[in-house]
Order: sequence, then structure tokens, then C-alpha cells
Amino acid sequence: MPEPILQIKGLITQFQTRRGKVNAVDGVDLSLGRQETLGVVGESGCGKSVTALSIMRLLPHPAGSIAAGQIHFQGMDLTTLKMADMRRIRGNDIAMIFQEPMTCLNPVYSIGFQMVETLRKHRRLPRRKARREAARMLDMAGIPEPVQRLDDYPHQMSGGMRQRVMIAMALSCRPQIIIADEPTTALDVTIQAQILDLMARLKDETGMSILFITHDLAVVAEICQRVAVMYTGKIVENAGVQDLFSRPAHPYTVGLFQSLPSLGGKQGRLHPIAGMVPSLNNLPNGCAFKDRCFRADRHCDQPPPWQAVANDHQVRCWHPMESG
Amino acid sequence: MDCVQTDSIQPDIVKAHDVARYYQLKSAGFSTRRGVVRAVDGVSLSVSTGEVFGLVGESGCGKSSLGRLLLRHEPVTRGRIWFEGADISRFSAARLKKLRRQAQIIYQDPYSALNPRQKVGRIIAEPLEIHGIAGGAENRARVDWLMEKVGLRPGQAERYPHEFSGGQRQRIVIARALALNPKLLIADEPVSALDVSVQAQVINLLKQLRAEFNLTYIFISHDLSVVAYLCDRVAVMYLGRIVETGPKTEFYDQPLHPYAQALLSAAPRPDPFSKNTRTLLAGDVPSPIHPPNGCAFHPRCPQCRDHCRQHPPPLEQKSPNRWVACWEV
Repeated sequence: MPEPILQIKGLITQFQTRRGKVNAVDGVDLSLGRQETLGVVGESGCGKSVTALSIMRLLPHPAGSIAAGQIHFQGMDLTTLKMADMRRIRGNDIAMIFQEPMTCLNPVYSIGFQMVETLRKHRRLPRRKARREAARMLDMAGIPEPVQRLDDYPHQMSGGMRQRVMIAMALSCRPQIIIADEPTTALDVTIQAQILDLMARLKDETGMSILFITHDLAVVAEICQRVAVMYTGKIVENAGVQDLFSRPAHPYTVGLFQSLPSLGGKQGRLHPIAGMVPSLNNLPNGCAFKDRCFRADRHCDQPPPWQAVANDHQVRCWHPMESG
Repeated sequence: MDCVQTDSIQPDIVKAHDVARYYQLKSAGFSTRRGVVRAVDGVSLSVSTGEVFGLVGESGCGKSSLGRLLLRHEPVTRGRIWFEGADISRFSAARLKKLRRQAQIIYQDPYSALNPRQKVGRIIAEPLEIHGIAGGAENRARVDWLMEKVGLRPGQAERYPHEFSGGQRQRIVIARALALNPKLLIADEPVSALDVSVQAQVINLLKQLRAEFNLTYIFISHDLSVVAYLCDRVAVMYLGRIVETGPKTEFYDQPLHPYAQALLSAAPRPDPFSKNTRTLLAGDVPSPIHPPNGCAFHPRCPQCRDHCRQHPPPLEQKSPNRWVACWEV
């Protein structure tokens, strides 16, 4: 495994709800290697986005807070950093892109204004130089006629274009890590293919690391080197992408694969996972997946162990699938 | 344009000939956009009884508009639509109401499709009341039966929609659509908003109900693998037109239209071992307000020739079951 650039240890992120506190992230250990693309997959509510927001310290205040754990980055623990210091890290060292570009673009300012502002603030470039740099970034993100597009407003662009602008903005401060939260989910397949291609290319060119959050296993297969599968706030399986796809060990991961219709379309019945994800304030004892699991027995009433099933392949389960 | 006809022995449940739906853009507020959106622009198709017909395409290609148009939830700008042989393109409101008994539509978002202030039992019973089919005890029995059919407990009829998860709500929507025992169900992205594991549950349910209720589906989706799984025949739309249609297996094995090829090759595959050789399309889908001259796909087409810039290609039969709108095929 490459040397980690970001390391999360025992992260617990709590949310105050009307029915009491829930752990949206419940003891997550994760490390992102240098120049690695790490996928975090899971269904809605599994805590994958909250993990990302915890790293950025962008949790909604006061409802959400980090209750325990550390996030190590360049010798610092991001969980204890002052907000002023954190602000220097955001954008400069760790940047984030979202599913919906309009959440980060201001509709009343031109693309150029917003990009120049970022460059002047973070990289302290003079105005004219910042504008040239902004055009260069747009060009790098595959936007045709970048100089003219600088004067466009977000609403004049298509969804795919806006996503490119957001990627260009995120990259403009040369971060070492990009956290991408479902960046292609709202896009059409042909545009999704363009954006995935762009991200892979930019990663090779700049040597950054990517934490890629998605619900889509097919996208993971396209772009990630390693994958962490999340379920109800915990990582249940962690492996290299080829290992995970050829030898999934957790019954939940197996269930996800069996739920996928394939493009060949020559399958019999799909085998969905029974039941549904339990509510976070009403989790069963022991393994949170046991009520839906086809391998569960009385052992599963105890919290399952985090164990290695192969080299660099761990699973949180009493009864992982046998390999081979 | 020639009407696409399948084997004439099989009865068609729905047939469309050169249908179009244009929307007039009005300037509202500060918007100065004027013009006509050609959401559906000359589509001919036929769906035979009992088949699952998949309609795929990217956002804005007109697939949802076409779905609504086929059931006359939208007025027809041009062309004709037949349902079981009857020309419904100029039907009156009263006759359309009768048509709704036989053809229902379900949408992507089960949250907005259900009245949050009505109990689920009432929601499912409402079509029965509107059409004066059943009342009282008979009504309740039918609701219980429908709930069981879609995998809900009849005891849940007294609950409100917010007490259900997304997948369960989609089941409620399906139960309501089936209440009138329709022959045709148009499903517009019915599983797109659901998580993978739940999505598979609903897909299986749709498959099972089709056999049980003798349904014909028109399945509208952007997800090529879901369509591959469910459908017998596939039509690909681009900017308001069908560019290719054919049986599923033949289509997925060898798509003929360059857009269909690009679409299939762009779909990500859950297989980290196959290192992709994708044909990436340049640019975006053009605006349906100012579609390009000639073939609408020509600005993005890798095989574009001069001819394509001038003349729109007709949907032509290329093999016994396949129609393609392309000069180069």
C-alpha cells in the first residue's frame, strides 16, 4: 500500500436528532494513500458523506459534531484544529466537489469572478494573472473556449459544464487531496464518462489523491484502486478493487453485487438483499446487518470482529465468505 | 416517415405514427428565451401486447414526454396514437378517463406521488372510487389484496406515506396503479431514486407482477443495465426522435447507431478487470430549442459526413427487426 497522506482513526460523528443522538459515523478507520483513488461505497444513510464532511470539518452546526477519533494529515489532527487553521487547509490542501455544482457556484457572479476570487485569496495571485490561470484551469477541465466562458454565469452552462467548472475550481489551488462526493451521480452516462475520464487524467497529471464517495459499484470499478464498503456508519469491508470484485467477503457486499442487473441482460431473477437498512437510532445489537444477512446466526448478536481475509483485505464479520 | 411495424400477427396495444409534442416557450420574469421546444419530434413506434418495451436516452431527449404523450397526459401537437386500435389522439376528456382504466403511469419520485395527508389504504382505493368500481367492504378487500401483491402488509393500510421508506412508497405507487387492473403500465424511471438493494427488490416485483397481471410495460429509463434486464425490445431516443429500435439481445450485442454505440460504451461496468476502450463523445446534447440541421447527432458523431449535416436521416429498417435512423449504417 502506498504511504498514507490522510489517515482516519476511530472517527465517531454524532448527530443530535429528535429521538436522541445517533452515530452517523461510528468508529471509522480509513487511510488514503498518496496518489491513490479510494472509493467509499454504500447506500443512502450509511455515513459516507458525513465522513467526508467530518474530514472537511463542514458538519452542520450545532446538530453534527465529531465525538471521537483523529484525522491525521501532514502531522496535524484535523479534528482539533482551530477553524481559522482549518480554513487554510480547505481548498489549499484538501478540496471537495459535490454532486450538485450549484451548491458551490454562486448564481449571481460569473464563473470567472468566482474563480479569480479563489485564486487571489488562496494563491495570492494578482488579478490579471489569476484570470489567466482561471482560463488555463477551465481549459484543463476540458471546457472549450475557456476565455469566453469566464464571463458566463452558472445558469448559462449545462450540468456537465458546471461539474467541470467545479472540478477546475477545486483543482485551481493545487490540493493534494480531492474529496469527491457523488460527483457524477446527477449526470448522464455520456457526460459521466467524460468526467470520470477527466478526473483520472488530472490525477495522473497532478499526482493528487482522491477520496471518491459513491453509491455506484460500476463507477468504483472504473476509477478506484481501493474500496471501503460502509453500512450504518461502519466500514464493513476494505480491499483492493480487483480483490473486492472477485472475492467479496462480507455478505452485504455480496448482496450489493447480486442486486446489480448486468448489461448483458442474460440473468435470471435478481437477488436483492432482504428487508431494508435499519434506522440509525434503532440498530440491532451486535452486527447491524444480521437481520438481513443470509449467513447470520447467534454469534452475530455480538459485535463482529474486524479481521483480515487476505493480504490488504479486511472484513467486519463473524462469517465472511470463504475465498475460492 | 414510415410507420414502424412489428410482426402484424401480434396485436399492438399502443401504436404511434409521427407523433410530436412542441412546447411554446413563454418569456417569464427576466427570461427572454423565446421559441419552440421540440420535446418529441416525429416518433413512430408500436408496442405489442405483453411485451416490455424499453425507452432509453439521456435527460432531455424526450423519453418522459413521449411516455406522457402515449397516454394523452399531454395534447398531441402532430401525429396519431392508437390504443388497442382506437385512435386516441383526439379523444375527449370523458373518453380519456375511460382509457386511464386500462393504461396507467408511474413516476420516479414516490415522495411527490403520494399525498402526505392521506392514509395508504385510501391512496390505493382512490382510483377505485374515481372510476366507481368498488365501494365499502369490497373496496377494502381489494386494497388488502393489492397491498399483499406488492409485498406490503395489509395492516399497514392505516399508516401515512411518511412512515414508509422509498422502496415501500414505490410499492404503494405500483399498487395504486394496478388497482384498476390496467393492461398497460408506463413506468418512468421507477427505480432510479432507489438504493441498489431496494432497486433490485422493485425490479423483481415489476417482473413478477407482469406475469401475474398480464401486463404490458413501457419502461422509461436512463439506466441501460436495468433496461437490459427487464425489457424485450429497446428504443433509443436522442433529441426528440428515436434513433434506433430493436430486440434487446441484438441491440446490446451490436448497437448500430453511432449514438447507441457511444451510450453503451459510456455505461460504466462493475468489472475492474476489463480496462475500458470507451468511445467518448465530445460535448453536450444540443438544445432542443435550436436542434442542429440534418441529423441531430451530427455535431457529436464520430462518423459524420457532409450529407448528415444537411438531411435528417429517416428511421429505416436495417434487418427484420431493427430500425435505425442513420445515413452511415
